[in-house]
Amino acid sequence: MDASQIIFFLSAALILVSALFVVTARNLVHAALWLIATLFGVAVLYVLLEAGFLAVVQVVVYIGAIAILFIFAVMLTRRDLLSQSSQTNANWPVALGVSALSLAAIAFIARGFGFSLDRPLAPVPTDSLERLGQALVSPQQFVLPFEVASVLLVAALVGAVYVAMNKK
Amino acid sequence: MIPLSWYLYLSAALFAIGLYGVLARKNAIAILLGIELMLNAANINLVAFWRYTDPAQMAGQVFAIIVFAVAAAEVAVGLSLVISIYRARKTVIADELDLMKW
Amino acid sequence: MNFWTDPIKVIYDWLMITLTGWGMSGWLADVLINLLGIIVLITAAMVLDILLVWVERKVVARFQDRLGPNRVGPFGLFQPFPDIIKLIIKEDITPAGADKVVFNLAPILSLASVIFLWAVIPLAANVYGVDLNVALLYLVAAGAIGTLSIIMAGWASNNKYALLGAYRMVAVMISYEIPMIVALLIPTLLAGTMSMKGITLAQQDGLWFVVLSPLGMLLFLVAAIAELGRAPFDLSEGESEIVSGFHIEYSGMKFGLFYAGELLHAFTFGAFVGILFFGGWNWPLPWGDKYPLIGIFNVLAKGMFFYWVIMWVKYTVPRLRIDHMLAFNWKFLTPLAFALLIVTAVVHAIFKDLPLWAYGLAMFLSNILLGWAVLEILRSNARQERAAEETPAPAAQH
Repeated sequence: MDASQIIFFLSAALILVSALFVVTARNLVHAALWLIATLFGVAVLYVLLEAGFLAVVQVVVYIGAIAILFIFAVMLTRRDLLSQSSQTNANWPVALGVSALSLAAIAFIARGFGFSLDRPLAPVPTDSLERLGQALVSPQQFVLPFEVASVLLVAALVGAVYVAMNKK
Repeated sequence: MIPLSWYLYLSAALFAIGLYGVLARKNAIAILLGIELMLNAANINLVAFWRYTDPAQMAGQVFAIIVFAVAAAEVAVGLSLVISIYRARKTVIADELDLMKW
Repeated sequence: MNFWTDPIKVIYDWLMITLTGWGMSGWLADVLINLLGIIVLITAAMVLDILLVWVERKVVARFQDRLGPNRVGPFGLFQPFPDIIKLIIKEDITPAGADKVVFNLAPILSLASVIFLWAVIPLAANVYGVDLNVALLYLVAAGAIGTLSIIMAGWASNNKYALLGAYRMVAVMISYEIPMIVALLIPTLLAGTMSMKGITLAQQDGLWFVVLSPLGMLLFLVAAIAELGRAPFDLSEGESEIVSGFHIEYSGMKFGLFYAGELLHAFTFGAFVGILFFGGWNWPLPWGDKYPLIGIFNVLAKGMFFYWVIMWVKYTVPRLRIDHMLAFNWKFLTPLAFALLIVTAVVHAIFKDLPLWAYGLAMFLSNILLGWAVLEILRSNARQERAAEETPAPAAQH
């Protein structure tokens, strides 16, 4: 077992344990904070996969914006926070079964991707950040999805402001 | 040296946990939290496949970035809907939003 | 290999030989030496922090026409030590209604978000924690953890003033992140890299970015002050209205961590201004690029200067109201930042092949022109508003 495997197991444990707390915590602010721990573990995995840019973007976008947004929303809808006796609905055993089934199905498919350990990995190019930037804006590659994503973000921004606006 | 399948198992487990959260939680915000977990599981897969196939091709990372954008948009719209519903109905319990059901 | 030209390498090699000589395996020795390096860097930052407490108190006193601490040691230089002892022996209170784990985690994260920044500061050409190729985004990411610590502190305190302060602060930090990221894109664009070392090297070979983009420097400084939550943007504390905001419930060393984090954060952003726009390790002393000790001195001197500038602003300008502050960001800073980014990109693309002086002149003039145009628009707007106020409005019908 080498260092990268130890890091993988530590971050996998962090991800799974905190994800379990996300879906079971009674207090939703705690659930949001556990979500941050999960996202941080995923960022560590990105570093392990040599995608440093994605790791930093994960922290900026998810922890800096999305998780904060969640905490705000939980506080703005605070009335139901702890008054309910149960945080799960009546169908939770079915949900458990469905998710266990999907885990089994995906794991069964993933078994086929047994990556042979002796084949060395192709090295990540040193200019991967430049390549990523080029890929996002070059017409031969991904400029259309990039622009569509930006249109989507603008639409979401306008829509969110309109929906949440207090019309008085 | 980590086999690719470990990443796939991890993301499968994360996806299943997220799915359970979406299906079983009452609170609408908690359901959105579950969706975030599922999106992250998908992202782990995308980046892992990028790393283990051809890192010179940036498609995997580009997909992951677009998933980030979609996640941000989804959270913004979803949470504003939840807040708007809370203003109108004074509840965020998904089961109680049954005006369309007879 | 000379100690004066590359101290880190010399120390590393020496420790490596010593540790492996004791029969330690190579990678374990490597991990240990790197850990040691991290500890030394953090300790140096915290020792600097102790000095900053004294600088802060002394400079405030000068601004307010007082003497400041002058009893303990020469010029009151040892004043921080009684301060620290006082903070340590104070009763450490966790309020009854507080969320204990989150409450105690918040000050740690707050200081950690600042310490994280020190990993990417290039103190000299070969003295730095790590040369990330996404260092500027990393800076924003560390800021995100700072935001998180504030909302955790505000929520876990179970106090409405704390929550109000945290709300305001988070609104401000998230909003001012946008002009800050755009302002950070300008050195990225000019240097062609996001690595701090690359940006310093680009300034060493060419012109300082403050010459190429003075407006960018100002935007970054303003956004940084807002991000720091220092006056005139210190609404989160607002002693007169919400009695010091999110750290109202903190006492003893937990408050001390917030305070130390705030001072070190201000200094760190001062150092970033020095590195990103004022040539990093190259000036005022010569040979900063060859002899790391001189380089470290230069970076710290610039950091100290901009720390002083931040303090100067803090003790001169009164606090803004929250709506004014957000309006200032969304209606002024953000559009200006985007306009500046577009102008910089266009001018850079047109003039980059010209000789250095012509390129520099074009960049500088384009910035001045943009700044002048913005000032003219603001002045004409103000003139219209004044004119509208002077003509008596028809009687309001309510």
